[in-house]
Amino acid sequence: MAYSKELIDHYENPRNVGSMDEKDGDTGTGLVGAPACGDVMKLQIKVSADGIIEDAKFKTFGCGSAIASSSLVTEWVKGKTLDEATDIKNTDIAEELALPPVKIHCSILAEDAIKAAVEDYKEKTSVKDDAAE
Amino acid sequence: MTATHWTQNNPLYLDYQATTPTDKRVVEAMAPYWTEKFGNPHSRNHHFGWEAEDAVEIAREHVSQLIGASPKEVIFTSGATEANNLALKGVAKFYGDKKNHIITCVTEHKCVLETCRALQQDGFDVTYLHVKENGLIDLDDLKAAITDKTLIVSIMAVNNEIGVIQPLKEIGQICRDNKVFFHTDAAQAVGKITLDVEDMNIDLMSISGHKMYGPMGIGALFVRRRPRVRLVPLIHGGGQERGMRSGTLPTPLVVGFGKACEIALKEMGAEAARLRGFQERLFEGLKERIPEIYLNGDLESRIPGNLNISFSYVEGEGLMMGIKDLGVSSGSACTSASLEPSYVLRALGVEEELAHTSLRLGLGRFTTEDDIDYAIERISKEVNRLRELSPLWDMAQAGVDIKSIKWAEH
Repeated sequence: MAYSKELIDHYENPRNVGSMDEKDGDTGTGLVGAPACGDVMKLQIKVSADGIIEDAKFKTFGCGSAIASSSLVTEWVKGKTLDEATDIKNTDIAEELALPPVKIHCSILAEDAIKAAVEDYKEKTSVKDDAAE
Repeated sequence: MTATHWTQNNPLYLDYQATTPTDKRVVEAMAPYWTEKFGNPHSRNHHFGWEAEDAVEIAREHVSQLIGASPKEVIFTSGATEANNLALKGVAKFYGDKKNHIITCVTEHKCVLETCRALQQDGFDVTYLHVKENGLIDLDDLKAAITDKTLIVSIMAVNNEIGVIQPLKEIGQICRDNKVFFHTDAAQAVGKITLDVEDMNIDLMSISGHKMYGPMGIGALFVRRRPRVRLVPLIHGGGQERGMRSGTLPTPLVVGFGKACEIALKEMGAEAARLRGFQERLFEGLKERIPEIYLNGDLESRIPGNLNISFSYVEGEGLMMGIKDLGVSSGSACTSASLEPSYVLRALGVEEELAHTSLRLGLGRFTTEDDIDYAIERISKEVNRLRELSPLWDMAQAGVDIKSIKWAEH
């Protein structure tokens, strides 16, 4: 099975590897997948006051396609609004990395990770807003 | 060849349980039988046939010597898969109206397990023995499973994924005491460890050519003559191989297989000692550079050419992508098209998450000490890099129990 140049580049030189403090109010964390299935992605976003994702970090346990998919989405979500970020489709990821059919689930997981991170951020901020009222 | 030569397109081969390169001496021995000595070994009335037949019988002699059998007890087949099918289906069909119970083990190769499944469809009862954490069967389980309906016990000599050696002599004794046939799939064992069908009371033994530096497409089934084991053939035809396996023998392959056995008999002892040193060097080297790695299967009762290691927190396929200059296998190559973790590792009780992190490292005749050192460097560098990317490694370092998290299984 030959992997694309893009995929190999993201695997060998992953972008935005790292962690943010989950407790910070302006971050959102998505942790998806399961160790028993061989894939776990942690995607974190940092959101500015005007609702723009200004930074993203990831850590992934999984195959090369899973690592590359999560690295790619950290690049893609930066500079986007929350709604724009959740509009990213797994098919876009699969296409960009030319994922083979057996690896499509990696792109689905990456899409889920974005949604989970945004969801977590929204939950945190709504709780904060409620408390302020 | 020095270590620096290894690249993605010219990788270092460390997958000797998948197959072995054909030894050049084997290829040389085979060469004339493709061209000038091309006769059909079953042609009984001219020089071409006799010449081929002589070569086949010499090869049969070499195969039999390696396992302590008589040449008359060696039936050539296309490989170990066919030999396993012939042993189990052949015996089952011949004796099935008297005894209908088969005992095997959950970590057998698929060709034994699937053959047993097929026999279950035909009405046979099959007991699948579990294995202990070290990959070996419990002899008390075996004794307890035998009934007066038990026809045959089929337990592999050496496991293809974890390299563990089953207690063949003890199993053979139990089978003999209970008047049950003992078949062993010895594809990974012949030429690696000393085997003696008399001493071990083995009634049927499957052998593969390409796992022992011989050619692909040839193997053999040892079928005991005293006391006699009878088989119904799978392939009918001209009655070659004592009627148990019809079809023209492929003389060049048979000759190559025989040569591989001849070499193994002479060199096995020294080779095993050398590989034992490499196995230890590799395992110790990796342990020294990478914390929290786990060996799957027993270390002592194991062929020297195998290590199967879980590199916790790093997924095996992801790891393999980073070490494309090494030809290794994650789980079994036969099942790596599926995304399921290895059924063999699961049978040992290895957790699914650890099973996903395993690599099989296979060493053999052409492995050098430089190769071992190169593999240690490359694997440890890549595991440590990928752990930096692993959220599970982070959690473990922070003291979070991964099992305490509610994962969404997908």
